[in-house]
Amino acid sequence: MTSTATIPTGRRRTIDPGLRRKRRREALRNLAFLSPWLIGVSVFFLYPLISTVYFSFMRYDGFTAPTWTGLKNWQYVFTDYPFFWPALRNTLWLVVVMVTLRVIFGLGIGLLITKVKTGAGLFRTAFYLPYLAPPVAATMAFAFLLNPGTGPVNNILARIGLPQPGWFNDPAWSKPALTMLALWGIGDLMVIFMASLLDVPQEQYEAASLDGAGPWQRFRYVTLPNISPIVLFAVVTGVIQTMQYYTQPLVAGKVASGVIGGSGQQFEPGYPDKSTLTLPQLVYHLGFQRFDTGGACVIALVLFALAMVFTALLMRRGSGFLATND
Amino acid sequence: MTLSRAQRANIQHSRLTAAPIRLTAAGRAARRTKTLEWIGVHSLAIAAALFFVLPFVFVFLTAVMSDQQALTRDLWPNSWHWENLRTVWETPGFLTWWKNTLIYAGLGTALTLLSSIPVAYALARFKFRGRNFALMLVISTMMLPPQVVIVPMYLFWAKQLHLSGTLWPLIIPMAFTDAFSVFLLRQFLLTIPKDYVDAAKVDGCGDFRALVRIVLPMAKPAIAAVALFQFFYCWNDYFGPQIYASENPAAWTLSYGLESFKGAHHTNWNLTMAATLLVLAPVIILFFFAQKAFIEGVTLTGVKG
Repeated sequence: MTSTATIPTGRRRTIDPGLRRKRRREALRNLAFLSPWLIGVSVFFLYPLISTVYFSFMRYDGFTAPTWTGLKNWQYVFTDYPFFWPALRNTLWLVVVMVTLRVIFGLGIGLLITKVKTGAGLFRTAFYLPYLAPPVAATMAFAFLLNPGTGPVNNILARIGLPQPGWFNDPAWSKPALTMLALWGIGDLMVIFMASLLDVPQEQYEAASLDGAGPWQRFRYVTLPNISPIVLFAVVTGVIQTMQYYTQPLVAGKVASGVIGGSGQQFEPGYPDKSTLTLPQLVYHLGFQRFDTGGACVIALVLFALAMVFTALLMRRGSGFLATND
Repeated sequence: MTLSRAQRANIQHSRLTAAPIRLTAAGRAARRTKTLEWIGVHSLAIAAALFFVLPFVFVFLTAVMSDQQALTRDLWPNSWHWENLRTVWETPGFLTWWKNTLIYAGLGTALTLLSSIPVAYALARFKFRGRNFALMLVISTMMLPPQVVIVPMYLFWAKQLHLSGTLWPLIIPMAFTDAFSVFLLRQFLLTIPKDYVDAAKVDGCGDFRALVRIVLPMAKPAIAAVALFQFFYCWNDYFGPQIYASENPAAWTLSYGLESFKGAHHTNWNLTMAATLLVLAPVIILFFFAQKAFIEGVTLTGVKG
């Protein structure tokens, strides 16, 4: 990478002192510019990561000294901890359904906004705004909209004679309700798709039209191939976001179950019937509610492994991510 | 910017199609399909807009209902109780949450920018061994769920530095860069031509001075986008305050406090929705002031490497 690497070692001694001094100055400069990050990544990433691995083999409740337990924590999480497999299944469900729908919906809304001619700015703002709503506030709003007692959604469904699901109170409907909340906040994907759709060369559409291609064919053979890297980007980042899915399912469960904030009352995540459990919630549940540091660290490492697999995927195909211009 | 490009494309397109139109049967048919398409697109857009806007409307309508009416299925308030908003505002703690959130988001954003800009510049411009590895590490930490390292981090802040019950464990790390901000800034700095900096260096300008005097003024849009993202990240953060601040109500933030507010008023949706509205409002207002920076920032997030 630097030119030193290519110079044969035998000739190294003959580098004149001026050049060497320049190199040393550059190295010092690089170090100075990078120092905040070097400290940050060591103290807030590498050290705690190693520490997490260490604690995953220890029994530690936060008060008495940690003791070595070997693979007991791992065994507990994979075989006895009743929340682990439901959380993994929920994550799979969310990846398959929520991520897919978000990408399709985001692309659809992006297409729509590029076609709108009247009031485009207004529509764009309306579509984008929910994305900015703080997750707790947005979840609270949806918990209200979808509450089976007084919620406007079921009220409207009743008026037009449709069945009224229990949403966040029904294990079969809680994940679809979370999916609706996720679709509501589609603004980020919409903007990304919008930008990429506008980048598709106009000539290609015109050429396709001359060849007699209809709207669907133009979409299939011109639009899709042009934006497929963005679709992939949206899918992979969507999966990574699902690994981090925490606030919305937790708050939705808390609000729907009615167990929040009260002193002495502790909310067990997953309401209703473990249907909203996700892996990050398990770290909180084991580590901060059950004081099982070892178990929490095992979950954290599973989460780490999953996140890294998809990040590697993103870096391998997304050459743009690592591109330089020198 | 993107919009004007769309408009230009539209104008071009309509010119192309408008020129050959004579009032032939085929021409009329083409015009009719165009009108039908316009109607179809805009009705779809209106339907979509309802999906995005109605939740805000229902939250607002419920927020100003009377206590009795909020227990019914009514959609429209019989009488408008603006005092609900006042009641929430004057709830003990609400102003403290507000202040804490502002400190967390403001200080966090400032520290992030100060620490991340030089790092992003070094990753974009300097050549050194291990640069690609460093970049990969940045991307990995950016994608990492915060829960992965939370257990040792909590022990570090709580047991060794005795800072649990405050927001400092969330603010201090931002003085040591934020991965997403570094990445976003680096992506933008790559697009700034090298020649400017080289010219400045010929004039005897040091690297740091070149960064401050030449590069930063050109990177204003990216800096604005990063600042907004970071501000919103802090403003919206729920997990961080839950871990570090939950034991001390004096350190709660809006997101965390909002939830406890629901706990205290759980029979009544009107006050909860009024509180929700007061948490949503500043975000919406900020968006209207900085719409352009936001939308440019999102497109910067990686797609255009």
